[in-house]
Amino acid sequence: MVSIRARLDNSPEGPRCLLYGPTASVCLADLLSSTSLSASPSELTGRSILIATRDQFAAACALIELDGIARRLILCTPDVPSAYLPAIVEQAAVDAIVSDNDRDGDGLAVALRIRTQPLMMAARAHPHVSTGVHQTEWILLTSGTTGAPKMVVHTFGTLTAAIRTIPQPGSDVVWGTFYDIRRYGGLQAFLRGILGGGSFVLSGAGEPVGAYLARLGAHGATHLSGTPSHWRRVLMSPEARAIAPRYIRLSGEIADQGILNAIRSFYPGADIAHAFASTEAGVGFEVADGLEGFPASLVGASGDVQMTVEADSLRIRSTRNAARYIGEDHTGLANQDGFIDTGDIVERRGDRYYFLGRRKGVINVGGLKVFPEEVEAAINRHPAVRVSIVRPKRSSITGSLVSADVVLDGATDSTGRHDDVKREILQICRDRLAPHKIPATIRFVPELEVAAAGKLARHA
Amino acid sequence: MKPSQKAADPAMSVSAVVVSQIQQIAEDDGKTLPPLTDDLVLLDSGLDSLGIAILVARLEETLGVDPFSQSEDVAYPVTLGDFIKCYERTAESHGIDSSEVG
Repeated sequence: MVSIRARLDNSPEGPRCLLYGPTASVCLADLLSSTSLSASPSELTGRSILIATRDQFAAACALIELDGIARRLILCTPDVPSAYLPAIVEQAAVDAIVSDNDRDGDGLAVALRIRTQPLMMAARAHPHVSTGVHQTEWILLTSGTTGAPKMVVHTFGTLTAAIRTIPQPGSDVVWGTFYDIRRYGGLQAFLRGILGGGSFVLSGAGEPVGAYLARLGAHGATHLSGTPSHWRRVLMSPEARAIAPRYIRLSGEIADQGILNAIRSFYPGADIAHAFASTEAGVGFEVADGLEGFPASLVGASGDVQMTVEADSLRIRSTRNAARYIGEDHTGLANQDGFIDTGDIVERRGDRYYFLGRRKGVINVGGLKVFPEEVEAAINRHPAVRVSIVRPKRSSITGSLVSADVVLDGATDSTGRHDDVKREILQICRDRLAPHKIPATIRFVPELEVAAAGKLARHA
Repeated sequence: MKPSQKAADPAMSVSAVVVSQIQQIAEDDGKTLPPLTDDLVLLDSGLDSLGIAILVARLEETLGVDPFSQSEDVAYPVTLGDFIKCYERTAESHGIDSSEVG
């Protein structure tokens, strides 16, 4: 059975590598021969386990331990609103929760609660799990139209199909990522790091970027990944000089020429790659020539990853594609030919394709997806709002921001209470939406353009 | 793009406009700000990168320029002083008097 554990056991260096958190570190070999969990492996075998820790370090230890043992691992980031947890528990048939904090009052109908704990406290060998007994499903959460996260099913195979790193004896590679490892981009970095025989430096919950950069520098980080927005934030930090990476990887957003040039001039010694990946389609490709966009020759080429462009949208079929969605109300991931429509719009200019943005109005704020419908629903709760439309607004810092046009009812519109109404709308949004989903600008307009099909015209 | 009429005081300097927008965003978020000196690290000002993105968007509305989308060679500012200089330089190159906007 393929699992992290099996791969590390067969790797010359892997188990000797270290996982560094903000306050603790662990050697992978120790992790594999003991446990960080308050339950025995026999209790956890075959279960569908929600990983709901605050800290990434605790989640990382649990993932390494439980891959190959659990039937399912659901990777929950701390920003998933608790209102959505009951549906996740039900649809993914969760029967155990791993947590690093007290969740007794969460009201979830899950009997087995497992706490993470310092590794050395209760070292227990689990000899019978050396190879793993399950092909664990890895469930990643990604934004959905209604705000309820969609559950995307991957396996060790689909998650690692793009990772060709062969562990080198004596490797001095140390990885880090500005992503959360419970998101696709961060998980890719994490798996690349530990399966490639490298150590890994994890950021802490709420750790300021400067403090993380200082720790990356202290541990000699060589390989770093993040979104273009993450990297802009790095370049705005005084601690940017604390790191001297050899390899820099960007993904999750359009990497424009500005950020590629800025990174190149700041870290002249680093190889810079930008990758296209999505939670559903997996890693599509990576580009290492330092230029924005990607070579047109990648489209239509045969090989592990096949890409086509239909109706300007990039479609991908590969062994890295997720298997399916869990839960109701989601149409299939792939079309009949097995291609996943990424919804990313590309345009060919000469021998290169360039990303223009997203179909369906999905807004990418610093690598985080925002569905306009969810923001509109929040705005429309205000009693004076007749209709609203949410669109992306280009940002030189986070790629895009959320921008709203709002039509008020006639009575309110004529009173000139616009500033008050705007404040009230923003308060509703703050109460219901994650910070990146709150409109950065709200404009009051007399009416909205309606397209021929009767839908609001998102691309005005 | 023309400078809009939103600048509170037409005689405000670029620096004063930047500071007042930072204060506005912090107020909206219910955050208290450290003293806004030139050597304050921007990311220590209470604004995260989303906050800085909102600041840049609002300043584009107010001042009519975005120094970080002007070219393919962008130097990202570390301190508030650097940030203000980016705007002053861009404003000058657009023929806006950096000491008096409007």
